[in-house]
Formats: sequence, structure tokens, C-alpha cells
Amino acid sequence: MNISKDLVAASAGPLVLAILAEGDSYGYAIIKRVGELSRGQLRWTDGMLYPVLHRLERLGYVEARWATAETGRRRRYYRITKAGQAHLEAQRQQWQVVDSTLRGLWRERTQAPALG
Amino acid sequence: MVTHNDPLEAQITQWRTWLQRRPAIRTADVEELEGHLRDQVAALVDAGLAADEAFLVAVKRLGNLDAVSREFAREHSERLWKQLVVSPGADHEARKTTRMETLVVIGLAAAAGMAVKLPELFGYPHIGSGEGLFDSKAPYFPNLSLFVFPFLAGYFAWKRRLNRTGCVRLALAFTTAALVVNAFPFTPAGHTWTLAALHLPIALWLAVGVAYTGGRWRDGRRRMDFVRFSGELFIYYVLMALGGGVLTGFTVGMFAAIGADVKWFATQWLLPCGAMGAVIVGAWLVEAKQSVIENMAPVLTRLFTPLFAAVLIAFLATMVWTGSGINVDREVLIGFDLLLALVLGLLLYAVSARDPHAPPDAFDGLQLLLVVSALVVDGVALAAIAGRISEFGFSPNRVAALGENLILLVNLAWSAWLYARFLSGRGTFSALERWQTDYLPVYAVWAGFVVVAFPPLFGYV
Repeated sequence: MNISKDLVAASAGPLVLAILAEGDSYGYAIIKRVGELSRGQLRWTDGMLYPVLHRLERLGYVEARWATAETGRRRRYYRITKAGQAHLEAQRQQWQVVDSTLRGLWRERTQAPALG
Repeated sequence: MVTHNDPLEAQITQWRTWLQRRPAIRTADVEELEGHLRDQVAALVDAGLAADEAFLVAVKRLGNLDAVSREFAREHSERLWKQLVVSPGADHEARKTTRMETLVVIGLAAAAGMAVKLPELFGYPHIGSGEGLFDSKAPYFPNLSLFVFPFLAGYFAWKRRLNRTGCVRLALAFTTAALVVNAFPFTPAGHTWTLAALHLPIALWLAVGVAYTGGRWRDGRRRMDFVRFSGELFIYYVLMALGGGVLTGFTVGMFAAIGADVKWFATQWLLPCGAMGAVIVGAWLVEAKQSVIENMAPVLTRLFTPLFAAVLIAFLATMVWTGSGINVDREVLIGFDLLLALVLGLLLYAVSARDPHAPPDAFDGLQLLLVVSALVVDGVALAAIAGRISEFGFSPNRVAALGENLILLVNLAWSAWLYARFLSGRGTFSALERWQTDYLPVYAVWAGFVVVAFPPLFGYV
């Protein structure tokens, strides 16, 4: 499924934060995790993830550090901060409001023909 | 790490070079993206793809580099503004050199600032008293360039590791200059005194140039570098002067608010010492920024060349239309000298920034138009002056002004000829560039002649 650009942009921040809330990670692994969780339905342009990570870092929601990975190369690991967790919680509530509203609407629509 | 036998490594290197060219993407970002690319390639190879296929797929998944770099630019907009950073990166040796250079610059700037106070040790009034800088009884005006240029030359002699012969020659030039302007029996505030004071900086700027080029003054490209440096230094100096003015204003104003008068500090110390030290600091900044920020002088040239061309042509058209001649009075000749010098400056900085191999474009035509119209205007003025030269007689001022006019006229006339040849495809642009750099010593030699020979020739009037 092709998810619209606006929706991808809006969901990128909370998605990345939610994945980092599971544990520290790095760019490639985050992309892989998004692919797994959405069963391949949510595909990002990989390069676009990094400006998002840098924005979260600037806002203080994540911290980054360079560390040597098992491959011997340097890798930039990201960790969610206290502020990031608080922001994620706020985002979760907002998304739930949107989600439940849409669910409610769509349930009515699918039930309407059955009633009539 | 890079093995060029491995086609994958070669491809990754090429991709990395391509990425590094984007100003919004820093080296650290490139490393991060490269790590991603390698992880992706490894995963795809594990899944059974050949290395080159895996590379293509991985690059495709990273996305259009233009779009990615735009995202980076949106997040890091400050990166598109090139910052002037004087201290270099992590390298220990480089850091030591920079610290050393900072100390040398501060030392030389302080020395230049103190040099301007030197005459007070010999009982002269300070520079802020009497008629200030132009006071004919104090030695400030004729020695102005000697307060700072030796230190500036010293900075470049140090930085470029000028050899002993070069240093001795520079010292000789500055000593001779100091002797001439201070030991000649000038008439107080006489014409030759003023002329010497005005021309000495031009002559000594050549000595600074020799130091700047590290003694390789004969190399035309280095001379052109010195021209670029001079333009940038001028712009930096003007900017620093503006800042210095604000600082002085605040200093005096704030202390006045608490009833303390610190004007003496501003006029005796802050302004004169700052004005001298700023030359050294400016030179240092220009050296540091060389490759970081676009040169300003050529940008201003591009802006003002069409405007000056338009003014000159309108002037000529008005003169022809109304049939009125030029009023020949004392200032006219000097006025036209300044005009020619300005046009020459516009030409010089346009030449300094132009790619000599690029084909002629509209701006070159405009430049030629500017030079030709300046020549015509100057020709008209000279004809008017020549008609009355016998009436004027030969005073030192007039000979100096005529000499300068001639020197600039020769340069511009030959430049116009070379430009016309270039535009018609019969000559190269480098010929024009070479002509300009070859001509540079002429200005200094003439200025030196005015300083050294005019006073005795005209009886020190």
C-alpha cells in the first residue's frame, strides 16, 4: 500500500520514538523494524529517516552517540530521553484520539447498510 | 580501507564523494548514511543478490539524493551559511599552528597599535589633538603606512617563511621610506609633503605584496591573489571600522551617562590603536576565510559595473547634447584620476574573479563599454586641461595628477584593446589578466617616484 507523504511525515516522529522506547537503536535497524511491524506496508525512503532523527535530536527527544558496531564500523546509536518519552506519551494520546474517532466513524458507515 | 580492486568499494567511494559535495550534508552524516548503505547491501547479499545488484537496490532505497539533501538542509539550514571558523579541526599539529598564528597576529596588531603612539615619546602631541591626523607639525600623516605596513609585511614574511634576502630587502624598503618622509626638509604642510604622505602607502603596498607572495612576486597568479587579498581586506576593514565606530560611540556615551568623560580614551587610544591593529586582524581574517566564503569584491564589481557604465554614458550624452565643455579647475584633474582608478578597480576585480577559459559573455561586453566610455570621458577632460596647461604651469600637484592620469590611461587603453580582441575571438582572456598583473608594479614605482624624487625636484614646497 502506498501511504501518503503527509501521513508518513506526521507518523515518522512518533514511530521512531516508539521504536527507540523499546531500546537503543541505529538508523538501519529502525527502518528494518518499521518494515517488520507494518509487514512491509509502511516503506520509507531510507535517506529521509536521518533528517528526522536529527530533528528529534535537536528537540532533545533523543540522544546520539558514536559506537563501534560488531562489524567494526562506527555506527551512530540513538537513545530516547526523558523529554522524548514525555513527548511520545503526549503523541500516543493524540494519535489515539484521532484513531478512535476515525474508527467510530468507519464502524457507523459499515454498520449503516445492515440497519437499513 | 578502500581497495580499488573491489568494485563494490569503488562504487561506495564514488557515491560518498558525490554525497560529500552537498553543503547540507556533513562528513558525519555521510558516515552515518554510508553505514546504512553497507548494512543494506550486506542484508541484500545475504538474501542472495550479487554485490553490484545489492548496491543499486540499496542506493535506490536511500532515495533521491537531491530530495534527501533538501531534507537535511531544512533541518540544518545554518549549514548553508558558510561559517568562518578560525580554529581548525581535531588535528593536534594544526591546532598548535593556529594557536601560534593567533598569538603572532595579536602581537603584531598590538605592536601596530603601539607604533602609532611612538611619536608621543618624541614629544609630539597625540594624534587626537590639534588638526589630528593631518596636523603638519606632527609626523602622523606621512608615517601612517609605516605604523602598520611593516607589521603586516612581517606577518606574511612569517606565515610564508620568507627567506633572509627577502626579509632584508623588506626592512631596507621600510627604512628608506621612513628616512625619506622624516628627514626631507619639507615646507610645513607643503604640496610635496602632502603628496609624499598620499603616495607612500601605494608604494609600500608593493612591499606588502612581496611579503604576501612569499617572495615569489614574479608569479602572475600570486600577484592576482594579492589583488584579491587587497580587495577583501578593504571590505573587512570597512566592516571592522563600522563596528569600531559603534564600540566607540557606546563607550563614550555609556561613561558619559555616569558622569565620566572618556573622550580622551577614545581619541587617544581606542580609535588610533584600533585603526592600526584592525589592518593586521583584517589580513588574518582574509587569510582564514580565503576558501570558505565567496569573495565580496567581485560581487560588488558585478553590481556596480553596469551602474557606472550607465552614468558615464549618460554623462557623455548630456555633454554632447548640451554642447557644454568641462569646467577646468583645480580639482578636475584629480577627479578624473579617481574616476579612472575606480574604473580600473572595477576591471581588476572583474578580471580577478573570472574563469579565464570561459567564453565571452554579456558582462564582458558591459565591461568593455565601461572602459571605453571612461577613456572617452578622460580624453575629453585631458583635452580641456591640455588647452590650459601653459596657463597653469607645472606645480607638483599637477605633475603628479597628470602622471597618474597617464599611467591609468595607458593601462585602460591597452585593456580595452585586449578586451576587444578577446570579445572578437582573436585573443585570450589570460592576456588581459597577464597585462593587469604585469602592470601592478608601475603604480608602486610611480608612487615611489613621487615620494622620493618630487620633493627635491620641486624644492620641498
